[in-house]
Amino acid sequence: MFRFIARRLLETIPVLFIIVTATFFMVRFVPGGPFDSEKATTPEIRANLEAYYGLNLPLHQQYLNYLKAVVLHGDLGRSTKYASRTVNEIIADKLPASLQLGSLALLIALVLGLTAGVVAAVNRNTKLDYFTSTFAMVGICVPTFVLGPVLVLLFAIHLGWFSASGWYEWQDRILPSLTLGIVYAASIARLTRGGMLEVLHQDYIRTARAKGASEARIIFRHALRGGLLPVVSFLGPAIAGILTGSFVIETIFQIPGLGREFVNSAFNRDYTLVLGTVILYAVLIISLNLVVDVVQVWLNPKLKFE
Amino acid sequence: MSASATSPIHPAAATRPSAPPETGVSPWRDAWHRLRRNHLAVFGGTVLLTLSVLCVIGPWFSPYGYEQTDLYNTFSPPSFSHWLGTDQLGRDLLTRLLFGGRISLMVGLVATLVALTIGVVYGAISGYVGGKTDRVLMRIVDILYALPFTIFVILLMVFFGRNLLLLFVAIGAVEWLTMARIVRGQIMSIKRMDYIEAARSLGLGTPRIIFRHMIPNILGPIIVYTTLTIPGVMLLEAFLSFLGLGVQPPMSSWGVLIKDGAERMEEYPWMLIFPGTIFSLTLFSLNFLGDGLRDALDVRAAKD
Repeated sequence: MFRFIARRLLETIPVLFIIVTATFFMVRFVPGGPFDSEKATTPEIRANLEAYYGLNLPLHQQYLNYLKAVVLHGDLGRSTKYASRTVNEIIADKLPASLQLGSLALLIALVLGLTAGVVAAVNRNTKLDYFTSTFAMVGICVPTFVLGPVLVLLFAIHLGWFSASGWYEWQDRILPSLTLGIVYAASIARLTRGGMLEVLHQDYIRTARAKGASEARIIFRHALRGGLLPVVSFLGPAIAGILTGSFVIETIFQIPGLGREFVNSAFNRDYTLVLGTVILYAVLIISLNLVVDVVQVWLNPKLKFE
Repeated sequence: MSASATSPIHPAAATRPSAPPETGVSPWRDAWHRLRRNHLAVFGGTVLLTLSVLCVIGPWFSPYGYEQTDLYNTFSPPSFSHWLGTDQLGRDLLTRLLFGGRISLMVGLVATLVALTIGVVYGAISGYVGGKTDRVLMRIVDILYALPFTIFVILLMVFFGRNLLLLFVAIGAVEWLTMARIVRGQIMSIKRMDYIEAARSLGLGTPRIIFRHMIPNILGPIIVYTTLTIPGVMLLEAFLSFLGLGVQPPMSSWGVLIKDGAERMEEYPWMLIFPGTIFSLTLFSLNFLGDGLRDALDVRAAKD
């Protein structure tokens, strides 16, 4: 198992390297630069700015400098938009809100999705099952940017239970996390239902039943472990989706998170901030995928760490 | 994986028509019969067909142009002259909804076509050639799966202007991975069959074997997965438009209309509700149709 993890970690290095390189050059070859929007920059000021950020060096030199700083010091450089701040500071400032939103959404998705899926599977082909399954289909088909505003309209504006925007109190956190979570809860519910149904009529469940295990024990102790497999393999893409999905959520609910910052930084041609955010997201997504893979093998003895 | 468990009746046992056994039934016809029994799938197909027809011909019959403004009539609620109301510039929402539908459906189709082409060619080569090539190609797919692709699409759209062509390519370039996996699996499963050996012994070239002899035999899974890719593609287009990166005003697409509506839903909820409902309904129908096709064609692996 350690060899498996070590090999996967080793594989990550070239992948990250490719991402950094591709993004670096893509950002540079794009029309427009970070100082275009500045009002009336004289050539001298511009030259000074470029010298300050090292943008006057030959491109390959800039690239090598950047790589060196990132690899050796974990230093992502200075933002070209907010002159006084480093990218590391901005990330440290904005990431917590995004992570909180993401983990709350994931929690909601898992709790809602697993419960609904197990309930539907155990009560297969009853009204309860149809109700849950239809609800799940609706959840999959109503995109976050429709669901979010509708929830705001209902619960914030008409009922006044939660707040419509901001990120200060607990009331601010409910609607955004719920919006982001429901979509994935729906997918998880469908997958759990399918997985559980597949498992529930296998021999080892019948054995457990014959030995007189209680229904609850059969479901939670025996069936769930196998029934969860499709859910676990879905978690990789789900996590990536939740992380990037928070771009929209952060825009709708005006949350000071990294997702909104990323979209803005792309508009501002903030080279260093774009690069820094892409690297961060790539690292997050790749490492979470690795965790998912390990859990998957741990749950399913048929798979081996190869 | 959940396909076999969720299908209400086991397809193999299902529908041999009780007609005399002499009349042969082609597999496609058989699948068609099964599909027609699935009410949700029929509903989905009908809705899609109706919506497409409306979107294509609707704007011609409308008395308003999709970008025709009327500043005396902004934000007017649904009425007799404007069935779905008007927006902030007094443009007729119904016309914009239908016109936007053209764009959204077109993006869905064309971008899916791009993804389909890349995925099928890539998967077929990987599966047919096998060995080391296969391992390398599939490892690449694994790695690409783990990348924050949406982020790259966003960067592409910001940097290289937001034109429709780029939108097709960018979305298509993201969505081909699963198709490649499915096609590879299918190709591998029929690679050793006698008729393929026969084709090879006749001295046919690899491209001809793949495209003339193998692809037609795995059309089922390809069709099913294509249907299931379209909603994802349309969602991505709307997502980009919502962030202001997709289709640009005064053009309209469902994503653009939803974005406009979401910004003003407090005072003018109809601006969000109509496009939101139509869009969700379309995704709903596509998913039901895809699920129905999967059961009808008895495709197991299409969803994982």
